Amino acid sequence: MTKLNVSISAEPLFRLGNIDITNSMLTGIAVSVFLVGFSFWLSRNLKLSKSVKGVQNVAEMIIESLYNLMVSVAGEAKTKEFFPLIATFFLYILFSNWLELLPGVGTIGIMGMDHEGKTLFAPLVRPPSADFNATLGLALISVSMIQIVGFKHLSFAYFQRFINFKNPMKFVMGLLDIISELSKIISFAFRLFGNIFAGEVLLAVSLALIPFLAPLPFMGLEIFIGLIQALVFAILTLVFMNTATLPHEEEH
Amino acid sequence: MTENFVVGFTIAMGGMGPAIAIGLIVAKALEAMGRNPEASARVQTVMILGIAFAEAIAIYSLVMALILKFT
Repeated sequence: MTKLNVSISAEPLFRLGNIDITNSMLTGIAVSVFLVGFSFWLSRNLKLSKSVKGVQNVAEMIIESLYNLMVSVAGEAKTKEFFPLIATFFLYILFSNWLELLPGVGTIGIMGMDHEGKTLFAPLVRPPSADFNATLGLALISVSMIQIVGFKHLSFAYFQRFINFKNPMKFVMGLLDIISELSKIISFAFRLFGNIFAGEVLLAVSLALIPFLAPLPFMGLEIFIGLIQALVFAILTLVFMNTATLPHEEEH
Repeated sequence: MTENFVVGFTIAMGGMGPAIAIGLIVAKALEAMGRNPEASARVQTVMILGIAFAEAIAIYSLVMALILKFT
């Protein structure tokens, strides 16, 4: 059997000053450039008519169904406020998840040697969501935005849920709430990273065992998982933002 | 050999709990949808969120198993 090449951390391709530029960083930038460029191009070419066709129709369908889903979770007013961030999360994660299914991703790369003479392999393209640094970054953005949104809506009353001296029970509950905010970061980051990285390993193993036809059902599964994980990340952020904006109830 | 056993045991134990949890969540959600089909869209969203929470536990053990195996 051929030897599998599985590396948990992203592989550095070259060095820029003191920073290792990894393949997932480059891919992340490429995904961003693609999304920004596409939206820019589309917004220059918008047409207003009864029957929209082609690319604009598909883009409107995606945006509209996401918007309706968010309205059913958070209501119209809050959806208008949170939509840009949540939709960006969804699209960015969706595209980087689906990248792993393209042929050549994870297989075309550079061979090299490390200091001990072991051969190393660095694929040129690695989906950003299969790199823990990228998912941790996304999780940090998401959790800090939850705090910012909560503070914006409730101002200093927001911190009542964390630090509360009214009675000992509420004080302990406040400490638990602080821990739960921190654990949100870990669970956001690990859920996305684990799912996508495990999918990549699953595809690699099934390709190594039986190269023909056998990986096909797993590819279908990975398309589904990529969509579900992007949706879960976006909707969870929305739900947490929604609860952060609600006033902390005084009496139970 | 022992290392492989530990890796397999980690993911086996870690997968068992979430599997039961996801089964229970979906069973209850289907029950709710059957009783109240108009609310099925809302139930579905909450169901997927609950599955994501339960599945996160399995993912933790999967990440542990992968770290044990490949580092």
